[in-house]
Amino acid sequence: MTELGASPSPMRARASVRLHVEVARRSFRRASTYRLATASGVFVNTVFGYLRASVLVFVAVSSGGVVRGLSAEELATYAFVSQGMIMIVGLFGDPELGDRIRSGDVVVDLYRPADLQTWWLATWLGKSAFQVAARGIPPVLLGAIAFDLVWPSEWWIWPAFVASIAVASVIGFGLRFWSAVVVFWLLDNRGVDQAMTFTITFFAGMLLPLQLFPGWLETIARWLPFASLVQLPVELYLGQHDPTSALLTICQQVVWAVVVLALGRRLLAAATRKVVIQGG
Amino acid sequence: MALYGRLAAARIRSDWQYRTSFLTVLASQAMVMVFEFLGVVFVLQLVPDLGGWTPTEVAFMYALATVPFGIADLLISSVEKTADHVQQGTFDRILLRPQPALFQLSANDFQLRRIGKVVPSSAVLVWAVLNVDVDWTLGRIGVFVMAIVCGVVIYGSLWVATASVSFWAVASREAMNSVTYGGQSANEYPLHLYRNWIRATLGWGIPLAFVSYVPTQWLLDAENPLGLSDRLILATPAVAAAMAALALAIWTIGIRHYQSTGS
Repeated sequence: MTELGASPSPMRARASVRLHVEVARRSFRRASTYRLATASGVFVNTVFGYLRASVLVFVAVSSGGVVRGLSAEELATYAFVSQGMIMIVGLFGDPELGDRIRSGDVVVDLYRPADLQTWWLATWLGKSAFQVAARGIPPVLLGAIAFDLVWPSEWWIWPAFVASIAVASVIGFGLRFWSAVVVFWLLDNRGVDQAMTFTITFFAGMLLPLQLFPGWLETIARWLPFASLVQLPVELYLGQHDPTSALLTICQQVVWAVVVLALGRRLLAAATRKVVIQGG
Repeated sequence: MALYGRLAAARIRSDWQYRTSFLTVLASQAMVMVFEFLGVVFVLQLVPDLGGWTPTEVAFMYALATVPFGIADLLISSVEKTADHVQQGTFDRILLRPQPALFQLSANDFQLRRIGKVVPSSAVLVWAVLNVDVDWTLGRIGVFVMAIVCGVVIYGSLWVATASVSFWAVASREAMNSVTYGGQSANEYPLHLYRNWIRATLGWGIPLAFVSYVPTQWLLDAENPLGLSDRLILATPAVAAAMAALALAIWTIGIRHYQSTGS
């Protein structure tokens, strides 16, 4: 961890970028090997999409077609796009780093001449990029079979949406990094990790779009980092922002990403100061 | 049964050694249910007409589905681990012991912390029972208890049946969650809010409508937009028994089909 604050020379910086790109590529390839598991995951995400969309469409239809500014089609789209984002932003977490800390394998990661957090971020982004195609798009296409969905109406929405889920993925990683580092102290983070999961599910707009919350709770939720994970990207997709407001939204996400990563770094620094590695 | 108790007690004692972990998981499991129920409450507030059902009736139905789900989760959902055992080859060890595999899996990995799920839904159920406009005759109480028991059996059967699939396809575990957790999630709202084909799936395919919708309709004498027969309630125990028999059959065939991964 001695390199944390060191300012690398341009050559070392380039080498470091290459290293991280390679790490991400390998991770992408590793994720792509589990085909049946991927198909199985798409299936479950789609089933839940159908259930959520059914309820949401019912809510809209029974309130005369539009509820809190969202039409039945928009709500159904919300359900499927958000189901597709589960794996991309890591809604249910990723036990890998936490398990390595528990087993003591993390000592290998700490030995590496690369930063622990950025190394795992690169691993995560590689995996996440694979999930875009594998787990992100299929639920939406499968949802379109049975539900009327809306599609982005203007070309700029696509790059904005892609940028937005990329930042969302970084935030998702950053939050789980917190609950993984906790293992250094607790040795078992299942409770903390589950707490993170339901907090994210609820406040990110995964359970329901935040617009359907009571007004005061929606306001609170929008001030938290979790909204950046699902709610904001899907809003962009649904075309609820004009270009200026889309840009601001992405900036807001970037700010959260920086804050979440920086806090994770502080936690890690504190943990490694007192670290007791498991195992002999 | 006594053995189940002893194995479970041993497991509880060992879990209790890691108190922070035990308590945080317990608390988070409870909070999951609280947040989930909040989601239902928010939806109920937005919808002016639930097919003639009052929000209290929907809450009753929700709780009558989640309580048995939580109990089944506590008692038997550890069979989910079958996939891990098959993958790692440790299932051989289970087969060698002189107890049924199903029994070992559920008893050895009994996790008391899962009770966290049952507590909030029980609270909702108690509240709903006290607030619905129903005369609790002896017959009704009997049907109520039967519904909970049958619900546990139906959900438990689903877990066993879906866990059996890992004898053929280990990687299917996630897809199987769509039947167990997905089924539970579908049971959060009255059947008549869903489209025809989802309704048909829940009535005939994976008959989860019998866990909560049918009993609630009968017990509370609620609106009946689907025009279901009054006598359908009698089918609930039959459905539970059939599901249990089917699940055990699939499980037995699965074990017979099992080939160890060892070399």
